[in-house]
Amino acid sequence: MSISTGSSRRVLEKGPSGWLAAPALVFFLLFAIIPLFGVLFLSFTKWDGLGEIKLDGLSSWTTVLTDPVTGNALWVTAKIMFFSFIVQAPISLLLGVFTSASQKYRAALAVLYFVPLLLSSAAVAIAYKALLDPNFGLGPGLGLPFLAQDWLGNSDLVLFVVVFVIAWQFVPFHTLIYQGGVRQIPASLYEAAQIDGAGRVQQFFAITLPQLKYTIITSSTLMVVGSLAYFDLVFVLTGGGPGYSTRLLPLHMYLTGFKANDMGAASALGVILVVIGLALALILQRLGGKNRNASQLEGA
Amino acid sequence: MASTTQIPAPPARRTALSNKQGHKHGPRAKGTKGPGRFRPNYLGGLGGWLWLAVIIVPIYYVVVTSLKNQAGFFTSNPMLPPSEPTLDNYKLVLDNDFAMYFFNSLMVTVGSVVPALLVSFMAAYAIVRGKGRFLTLTNNTFLLGLAIPLHATIIPIYWMITKAHLYDTLLALILPSIAFAIPISVLILSNFMRDVPNELFESMRLDGCSDWAMMWRLALPMTRPAVVTVGIYNALGVWNGFLFPLILTQSPSTRVLPLSLWTFQGEFSVNIPAVLASVVLATLPLLVIYVVARRQLLSGLTAGFSK
Repeated sequence: MSISTGSSRRVLEKGPSGWLAAPALVFFLLFAIIPLFGVLFLSFTKWDGLGEIKLDGLSSWTTVLTDPVTGNALWVTAKIMFFSFIVQAPISLLLGVFTSASQKYRAALAVLYFVPLLLSSAAVAIAYKALLDPNFGLGPGLGLPFLAQDWLGNSDLVLFVVVFVIAWQFVPFHTLIYQGGVRQIPASLYEAAQIDGAGRVQQFFAITLPQLKYTIITSSTLMVVGSLAYFDLVFVLTGGGPGYSTRLLPLHMYLTGFKANDMGAASALGVILVVIGLALALILQRLGGKNRNASQLEGA
Repeated sequence: MASTTQIPAPPARRTALSNKQGHKHGPRAKGTKGPGRFRPNYLGGLGGWLWLAVIIVPIYYVVVTSLKNQAGFFTSNPMLPPSEPTLDNYKLVLDNDFAMYFFNSLMVTVGSVVPALLVSFMAAYAIVRGKGRFLTLTNNTFLLGLAIPLHATIIPIYWMITKAHLYDTLLALILPSIAFAIPISVLILSNFMRDVPNELFESMRLDGCSDWAMMWRLALPMTRPAVVTVGIYNALGVWNGFLFPLILTQSPSTRVLPLSLWTFQGEFSVNIPAVLASVVLATLPLLVIYVVARRQLLSGLTAGFSK
């Protein structure tokens, strides 16, 4: 970092004791890292959640990997991840740019945009269940037939309803991230571009987008890895149905473990979830080119 | 960016920036400051209002419906306010142990967020100011935690909690919530702590200050905005959390608000206005905080995640 005189440099070399990090590390090891190995261990056992845990070799894995529901859950997860990203990323980016400008009405709109951040997934899901009800919801009440569909009961539609509700809940958070990112772009860049006669669209593509590179990586990583955790919303909204059409991997894990009482198979699904999450995070960080933390440090 | 400002306080930095822009454009450019706004952007404005409709319509529907009686709900236009507004639905929710669920949520949130902040702050301080392989390894462990969908570990957590005879207690929710909050907290706090000028630490050191004292008397005041941000972010997550309560508690006496919404919906599924009243009541405390501390909340979150 900074250059200091020899004497103070020598004193500084000690720094605070590593023990200060110990409480956080202990908590994290106990309730995150050990369970991470625990889930791997339990995937080789048979357990109904109450009785004895018995070693059972690869039978849970055989069950999980040959079960067509697993493949379906992976496919549903991939579809929701893909569509959520396609819908959320551009909207959040544009709204982030929109709200970062200093017009009064935009600031006022932004205040309302962020209200969904306050609602729990359970609350959002319950609200939409009422709103989308084919008999008493918004569509039939207003007498609009195209809104009066059986949104949550039609297996062709339900996936897109889920994607929409997820976007409704999570776009505000990503808008906030992009808003902060845009505000850190030096105004001089835009001034220079204006002198060169660049239009608004040109400025967006030539300055805003490249300058937001790390923000885009952060937001996308949170979005994609986060879509592996859409559990509560889908659980309350559809319960994974109709049929298996919205049974995401985390939901499939929960239902296998706590409803079908097959903790071994559920643990195997948990391992799959961890591996996918880790792989996605690594790929996204790679796409960013270099180590994000290091580069941010250099810039600071 | 950050190197040009001395104080790592995000709201201050923000106003400084926008003021600067305002000056450069001069008073005539009022309302057109900010990146590239040299003439009104009608398309952007249209999109902005459109998104507002997307956000507001469901919220409006929930509030309006919660004020209707059941007969009114079935017969009236869903988007019109009730002709005879009633608070009976709210009374029904309050009579169904709402206060107890609220108190449980409060206990779990405070009980998780305060310890999580404390241990994360100490860890961030050690990671930024300290040296050695142990701290590097610790930091990498937390970074790994960000990449892993931690909810995949619910089954071993359920096993540990039952083995520790904590099943169906509030502590069962608090312990894993603390652990899950640590990675992101340490990341944000340490990012902010790196911006505290080294010279300040050096001069305090020369005055004979210990590392422990510097943590409280220098690092904490200098990173206060980040501490508030992390606190708010974690509090939102824990207050609204659903999965841990679902798998780690069972009886009404340990029920937290999000879970109570779900069970209430199961019990009173025919009475939609009452179900929606429970949604409003559960969100109301956060809405009040939002109205009071909006600026702090939003600028904190923006700065925390954009660094």
